[in-house]
Amino acid sequence: MAAKTPEHINEDLLRPLSGTSARYWIVFGCLVAVVAAAIGAFGWQVYHGIGVAGIRRPVFWGFYITNFVFWIGLSHAGTLISAILRLANATWRRPITRCAEVITVFALLIGATFPVVHLGRPWLAFWLFPYPSERGIWPNIRSPLLWDFFAINTYLLGSVTFLLLPMIPDFALIRDRATGGKKKIYTALSLGWCGSPRQWHRLEKAMQIMAVAIIPVAVSVHSIVSWDFAMAPVPMWHSTIFAPYFVAGAIFSGIAALIIAMACLRKLLHLEEYLLPIHFENLGKLLLVMSLLWVYFVFAERLTTWYGNESSEMAVFWLTQTGSYSPLFWTMVTCNFLIPFPLLAIKKFRTITGCVIASIGIVIGMWLERFLIIVPSLSHKYLPYSWGTYRPTWVEITITVGTFAAMALLYMLFSKFVPIISVWELKWGQHQEPERDPVLLREDEEATA
Amino acid sequence: MAIPDSIYGLFPGPHSAERGMNALRAAGIAADKIVVLAPEPFEEYSFAQGERKTRMPWFAALGGLIGGTCGYLLGRYTQTAYPLITGGMPIVAAWPTGIVTYELTMMGAIVTTLITLLIGARLPNWKPKLYDPQVSHGKILIGVVDPPDEARADLEQRLRRAGAEQVKSTGAPPK
Repeated sequence: MAAKTPEHINEDLLRPLSGTSARYWIVFGCLVAVVAAAIGAFGWQVYHGIGVAGIRRPVFWGFYITNFVFWIGLSHAGTLISAILRLANATWRRPITRCAEVITVFALLIGATFPVVHLGRPWLAFWLFPYPSERGIWPNIRSPLLWDFFAINTYLLGSVTFLLLPMIPDFALIRDRATGGKKKIYTALSLGWCGSPRQWHRLEKAMQIMAVAIIPVAVSVHSIVSWDFAMAPVPMWHSTIFAPYFVAGAIFSGIAALIIAMACLRKLLHLEEYLLPIHFENLGKLLLVMSLLWVYFVFAERLTTWYGNESSEMAVFWLTQTGSYSPLFWTMVTCNFLIPFPLLAIKKFRTITGCVIASIGIVIGMWLERFLIIVPSLSHKYLPYSWGTYRPTWVEITITVGTFAAMALLYMLFSKFVPIISVWELKWGQHQEPERDPVLLREDEEATA
Repeated sequence: MAIPDSIYGLFPGPHSAERGMNALRAAGIAADKIVVLAPEPFEEYSFAQGERKTRMPWFAALGGLIGGTCGYLLGRYTQTAYPLITGGMPIVAAWPTGIVTYELTMMGAIVTTLITLLIGARLPNWKPKLYDPQVSHGKILIGVVDPPDEARADLEQRLRRAGAEQVKSTGAPPK
């Protein structure tokens, strides 16, 4: 990015906060309609009971748990990537960190609603909390479902903090330019920030500590989500590979989601001078590495199962390779590897368009992967007499589509109230390698003499 | 509470701000009387060094220790309060208790970091203080609170000579 004046950066990045076009309202209205339909479908399910969903014996986990795993995985985009790039002091990270951190918070919020949506009686969701019943019985801490509670809440708290802390100086920036009620709101949000060296130093220190703390938390969250499956003696689930496989898949889908979000923001908010092709190219390389890692994990998992030749596992194995789930399996492989690999490996194709096409494929492929982990194993457990099938109903499909609309809606709303690129970090990036002022050099020389 | 009596200059960049800081030091102004407000950290420059000593990492570690202890005690208590053997595991099973302990360790560290930041950076603080909105427009404020009246003219001249685009006064007007 060519060096810009602070005023120019303020102007460019605060512009989306001031005006709202008709196009914005049309898209906003459409997304609200889809989200309302999803809320309506959930209301229908609450009123008529969980039977309106397609989950039934033996497949008790269907679209809802697929969505839970998918969205929690997607949440690894932001905070983890941002923290790694921050610790590595990658200067190109500055325009993309906030875009990424926002994905984490919203994806986690959406993902965390699915265990509640999945409950037959969602009004009893608090039974999952570490809270004793009137008989003094606590939820069983040996259940992985309770580990989810602790892990997701820790990650959510850390991600929200990691997102909010660097927003404080930007709130102060908006405060200084705002008037009326808006000024009051941003005055409250900026917490009286004035930009003293003490404040800057403490903020930087806190961000360093948060970056160190959030990486193991992010890894633990998706490991624990994988253990929801791996702790159960279900064919193809009870595997030691699950935790790293899930973490790699989560980062993979997270980067893909980040690329899509960045491309949308670049186009809609006219951020072409900030979200540059080099950002997409660097993320594209990262995505390529994750694609190779993903295919390695899939191969390792399948090879071990095939060599083991255990009858119950082979039933699920062949179901996905050549059976009724094979179209989904091979679509997944195409979306996660066959399409992204050439697009991301050949430099000529690793353009913004190429990265976005690969990312869209990966998001679809990773959703299918979550589905294929859950449903075939549950439908073909050890005893053939209990085998069954699963077909999602309109309620599950509507709620699933609604969550994608909710993500877009939350992102749109956020970008109307907060600069989607961290303004102060971007400006700071321009001053990171200072040239010594000739006047100061002369003064130093005089002092030395 | 009123804005403190002060005189300050608004500098266009870090180099001139550095000169402004040196000029105030050369005028014999005590370090605790000099105020620096900047739109960015500018940690590479001496004018933005301020109070850098902090025990934040130690507090984060302490928070983690407290969180982890709470996690372990919670895990232990909930398993012994209703001793139910599950899956052949011991009543207080180390692996799951370890996971809960780990998560609460990290939560403790995160919460403590947040609290330490707020206390260390003195936030929130909505009281009137020396500030100029030009800071968020990219200017660097270097000033003196409670300057001696007889030194005002000299300080103003020094700040201007160092490269301040504007020199302003707040609080009590000069006598």
